[in-house]
Amino acid sequence: MSCQLWQDWLDPYVDGGCTPEENTGIEDHLVTCTACSAEALARMRLKHATRLAAAERYTPSPDFRMRVELAIEKPRNPLSSIPFVIFPRFKFPVLTKRWKQSLWAGAGTLVLVIVVWAVLSGRSSAREQALAQFLDLHVATMASSNPVDVASSDQHTVKPWFEGKLPFAFNLPALDGTPLKLMGGKLIYYKNRPGAQLLFDLRKHQLSVFVLQEQPGATPKSMGVATVRQKGFNEETWGQAGLRYVVIGDTSATDVRSLCELLRAAQRQ
Amino acid sequence: MSSRRLMHRVYTLGVVANSPGASGSFADLAMPHFASLFNLACWLTQDRAAAEDLVQETYVKALRGFPAYHQGTNFRAWMYRILRNTFLTTQAGLQAAASLDSDDVRVVEPATEETPEAILLARVGQETIQKALEVLPMHFREIILLSDVEEMNYKEISVALNIPIGTVMSRLFRARKAMRKWLAATTQGVSA
Repeated sequence: MSCQLWQDWLDPYVDGGCTPEENTGIEDHLVTCTACSAEALARMRLKHATRLAAAERYTPSPDFRMRVELAIEKPRNPLSSIPFVIFPRFKFPVLTKRWKQSLWAGAGTLVLVIVVWAVLSGRSSAREQALAQFLDLHVATMASSNPVDVASSDQHTVKPWFEGKLPFAFNLPALDGTPLKLMGGKLIYYKNRPGAQLLFDLRKHQLSVFVLQEQPGATPKSMGVATVRQKGFNEETWGQAGLRYVVIGDTSATDVRSLCELLRAAQRQ
Repeated sequence: MSSRRLMHRVYTLGVVANSPGASGSFADLAMPHFASLFNLACWLTQDRAAAEDLVQETYVKALRGFPAYHQGTNFRAWMYRILRNTFLTTQAGLQAAASLDSDDVRVVEPATEETPEAILLARVGQETIQKALEVLPMHFREIILLSDVEEMNYKEISVALNIPIGTVMSRLFRARKAMRKWLAATTQGVSA
């Protein structure tokens, strides 16, 4: 086979579109032919360089992502909320005494369920309100032209910067071997108490980590440990050694969880 | 539209949002591809605002068509096919479509003398590659992006573009040849 014919096989070879037998044949030829091996190398380099140049060149804004998520969000079933619009001629049947007793019993159970639900959702909404405030802080940081007070990828620069500014200390995780990168930190005030906000980069997405002292009035007791998704962001919070940690990002829940695990491990050191 | 019909439509959309739901809702399947579809849309439209409109319309159309999606088939390719078909109905898409039937489109190349391509390509920077992709015709640009950036195999590209695998291979070959020629000529022009 001439070199011209071999070169027609180089694209499928570089794209991984050849069978194992075809690969073997091509590789045998490349070992003996300098021109074809240089050509194969050039095509591999170009493929790799194209990926670097074009992948993630354009990234969607969190606001746009949120708009699309809302557009495709499953709407509520309106049949359950407004039945009379759908069935305008619907009439309640005449009830016997036995039916009335059953209805009262059912109504009593319903009231009990509503009371329990109200208590539980009250706790849940208090937590969500608190997390929504951290989300606002995160979004405001993203929109700021100066997102951090101390800009450094070195944990030994960022951590000492907080010394004297916060009445507590925390450890930063080692990020070697992870796609995460520390971008810096800033001082925040949450309910009149100082706290730290750390900014991390993960494949061009930004994640915020808030660290505060867990004291009555500073963070709601009901926050506990929670993972919440709201407005396209994933949030996770937990308490550890008297401090409250909140991690927020528009990355997947798995990515947020990974950062949480690193932070938890760092505090145990 | 009467309120009853409107409510029926909203209800129907709500039902389809989870239709093939055994392995996840539409949002669960579609949102992981959001960033890459947006990137592809920007490359196609060359305009961020137009890309946002295109992606949003794609997601709404895909949601409506979700009951017709066959579980187990390639969801990413299916989404890209909707994005591409939607783009081809826009004004910019119609202009780009004019060149779709011919794979023999010539890319304008700077005049240069011959130098081995492999040597020249080694000097190419990211900005030059981005420029090369921008000047390529749309059907060359998209097939390079699907293969090299999205790392789709030939079968996936065949589904996404609705063309036979043989056409995928020949179009990709021509697209890369056109890109290499443009890059070699540009690099030689700069270094000369």
